[in-house]
Amino acid sequence: MLPIIFVLPLIQLIILSNAATFEIKNIKFSYVDNDNTSFSRELIEKFDASTYFNVLAKYPSKKIANSAMLKGEVDVILEIPLNFERNLLKNKQTDLAVTINAIDGAAAGVTNVYINQIIQTFNKKVHTTLMLPSNTPITYQNITSIPSFWYNKTLNYKTFMVPGILVLLVTMITLFLSGMNIVREKEIGTLEQINVTPIKKHQFIIGKLFPFWLLGLVLLSVGLLIAKLIFNVPIVGSLALMYLYTSIYILVVLGIGLFISNFTDTQQQAMFIAWFFMVIFILMSGLFTPIESMPNWAQILTEFNPIKYFVEVMRMVMLKGAGFSEIIPQLSKTFAYAIIMNGLAVWSYKKTS
Amino acid sequence: MKEETAIHVENLTKMFGDFTAVNAISFDVKKGEIFGFLGANGAGKTTAMKMLIGILTPTSGNADVAGFNVNTQPESIKKSIGYMSQKFALYDDLTVKENITFFGGIYGLTRKQINEKRYQLVEELELQEIVNELVSSLPLGWKQKIAFSVALLHNPKIVFLDEPTGGVDPITRRQFWELIYKAANKGTTIFVTTHYMDEAEYCDSVSIMVNGKIEALDTPKKLKEQFNAESMNDVFLKLARG
Repeated sequence: MLPIIFVLPLIQLIILSNAATFEIKNIKFSYVDNDNTSFSRELIEKFDASTYFNVLAKYPSKKIANSAMLKGEVDVILEIPLNFERNLLKNKQTDLAVTINAIDGAAAGVTNVYINQIIQTFNKKVHTTLMLPSNTPITYQNITSIPSFWYNKTLNYKTFMVPGILVLLVTMITLFLSGMNIVREKEIGTLEQINVTPIKKHQFIIGKLFPFWLLGLVLLSVGLLIAKLIFNVPIVGSLALMYLYTSIYILVVLGIGLFISNFTDTQQQAMFIAWFFMVIFILMSGLFTPIESMPNWAQILTEFNPIKYFVEVMRMVMLKGAGFSEIIPQLSKTFAYAIIMNGLAVWSYKKTS
Repeated sequence: MKEETAIHVENLTKMFGDFTAVNAISFDVKKGEIFGFLGANGAGKTTAMKMLIGILTPTSGNADVAGFNVNTQPESIKKSIGYMSQKFALYDDLTVKENITFFGGIYGLTRKQINEKRYQLVEELELQEIVNELVSSLPLGWKQKIAFSVALLHNPKIVFLDEPTGGVDPITRRQFWELIYKAANKGTTIFVTTHYMDEAEYCDSVSIMVNGKIEALDTPKKLKEQFNAESMNDVFLKLARG
């Protein structure tokens, strides 16, 4: 069991951190070129040169291109109209038709921005190379913004994801193991034997907590090591602070797990309920989707989500180098949460039914 | 409560919804005796026993176990009794030695006491070979004998045994009863349920439960006379068939 507990999460960490990315890359791009001129070919070359697009196909007609999109072979169709080059040169104006598969709305939006950027660059080049010699004075009001990216200078997605996924693993393992624990003893029959002994309720709960608490901290250590060695995620803040927070956080999760375990009669029930909470906690943690974009009522719900605080603290301390005073709000809420959940765990453990 | 009474039960009742599992039973168990608690499956033996060991609250009625009240002092009862359940109740994934250490610790024995007890137990049961084996790898008969000894670790005044010899071969059953006698001779009160009527003959007193009520309660000898039966088996059949 112990190897499984350690190996599986670490495989998850390595796979998910590489795979779970919201970066839009390798967009399946196709085009219909009704013009076939040096201008149209130059535009296509620009797409080809971009790392965001894979120019997969040139279709003879829009109709064929549409059926290809229906089959899922391409996600973008750029249609270059007849007389594209001539219109540009003569009228200084032309249209391009772009069709984007928008089943994933957010991805389609990003794709649209990329396409526009490429067409703008092309546009500018057309202006400078072709329009200027005609002696028409064009005044460009070019405003360029120079972004400076803080805390993750290279915009490395893994830097953002690894701390979050590490949080998930620590939470999942400790929640499931503790959730199954007491109920397992109920099934085997050893719990009855324990209930006949004079053991105090809090002694029993502490005895159940401690091994999983230790396990969670060891998992965190191995995970941090992998984050540093394999993903080279910067660890800016204090390790001691991370461990301090995590050691309190794990108590919250274990309290929830033991509470579930006390209320259920079989491991299946416990597993089902643990999953219910896990899915809500994960999707409302701000790990994959920003909490700021959630509706108001959902934002209020996230206040009760321990994973939210853990994700915040890990990103703050690990990436921004936040100190003790910056994480006091999260730390105090988590601490209160831990006391409440473990109080409930002790209360719900009944030696006499 | 008289000085020589270990368990005193008065109109003890347990209802689950409309179903009366234990119906106003009353009896006394004397100190140091082996008390056989018989009854068919579903007669309410286990429910009654669970109330006496403080893990089930009675619906009504009263009982004193080792001088403590089951309604108000269940945790005090637990300090003075040992219990071995129907299901095997040691930890399968711990060794014999670890189980002894664990349960000794729960009952508040010091490390020194635990070591002494373990040494004594290993000698008596000749466990030298298996003391470091996982409990799950042992045959059932061994497990039951060890579980009984663990239930005696803290020198309880009363030991409750819930079908301790279920599924065990005749030789081991005999050895098991020798252990019971040994404990009884040291003054421990034994409260035992069983389905084996030959075992009932070994008891000092026997009660027979039918449908939640105690229908007979006396020494095996007197019960046989009363029901004009050859053996406890016949007594049981006459009662259970009603």
